[in-house]
Amino acid sequence: MNGQISSRAANSGLPAGRLAKALAFQLALFLGAFAVLLGCSGCVNVRPWERDALADYTMRPDRDPVTGALREHMWFSREASNGGRSVGGGGCGCN
Amino acid sequence: MKTTLAKPGETPVKVLAALTFVFCAYLVAAGQPALGVGDTFPSLSHFTFEGDPLPELKGKIVLVDFWASWCAPCKETFPLLEQLHHRFSKKGLVILAVNEDKSRMAMAEFLKEYPVTFPVVRDSGKKLVAKVNVPGLPTSYILDPNGKVLAIERGSRIAQNRKEFIARVEQFLENNEKAP
Repeated sequence: MNGQISSRAANSGLPAGRLAKALAFQLALFLGAFAVLLGCSGCVNVRPWERDALADYTMRPDRDPVTGALREHMWFSREASNGGRSVGGGGCGCN
Repeated sequence: MKTTLAKPGETPVKVLAALTFVFCAYLVAAGQPALGVGDTFPSLSHFTFEGDPLPELKGKIVLVDFWASWCAPCKETFPLLEQLHHRFSKKGLVILAVNEDKSRMAMAEFLKEYPVTFPVVRDSGKKLVAKVNVPGLPTSYILDPNGKVLAIERGSRIAQNRKEFIARVEQFLENNEKAP
């Protein structure tokens, strides 16, 4: 490797130390970019046949009517004049 | 001595181009292209299934239905497939339901609720479903006797257009009967 760097340094006219730093930077950049891209591979879609957990009853936001009603109440109480999801109201929180 | 290392000035472009290529190759290798109409369906004999033995497929129109117990539209398509089986099995239709549940029990419970008389197998290794790259569950592939895909029917559409679906299957069977 030292021989290669010396040879390259001689060819390019750059000092050997500077060339070695540049090559080290190149290697670090390569490894860093590779690690980032490898991480991106985790962003794949869940395959249709692997969606059983997503289709589970416990994943439904409306599975518990009491919790649902409470959430609905909080929603329309706090969302000001929009009135929540389906109920009209002023957002006063007095209901 | 000639070196293959890039010059410092041209490093980022070359390295990034190489990485992009590697990443794209990885993505291509990771996903099978989805099977389309006119493509040849993978030979079922190359896969290992749990459950019923594979039916005789020679000279038949085959409907391969991918399903799972957690898929809501499957509850609508299963009775329809049973109806098709009763109506057209003598005319040369073979229905094969391929289950994609992780648990054998889940499949058994579903079949207790929606009993069927056509063969049901379980693709426990998920090999066939991955090879076909099914776009969603349920999906039915209608195959000609040579294994070519004649039609791909998605579950929700089957349930919405029952009559149209039945008419299509009937048409395929008639065409197969007329074929030399």
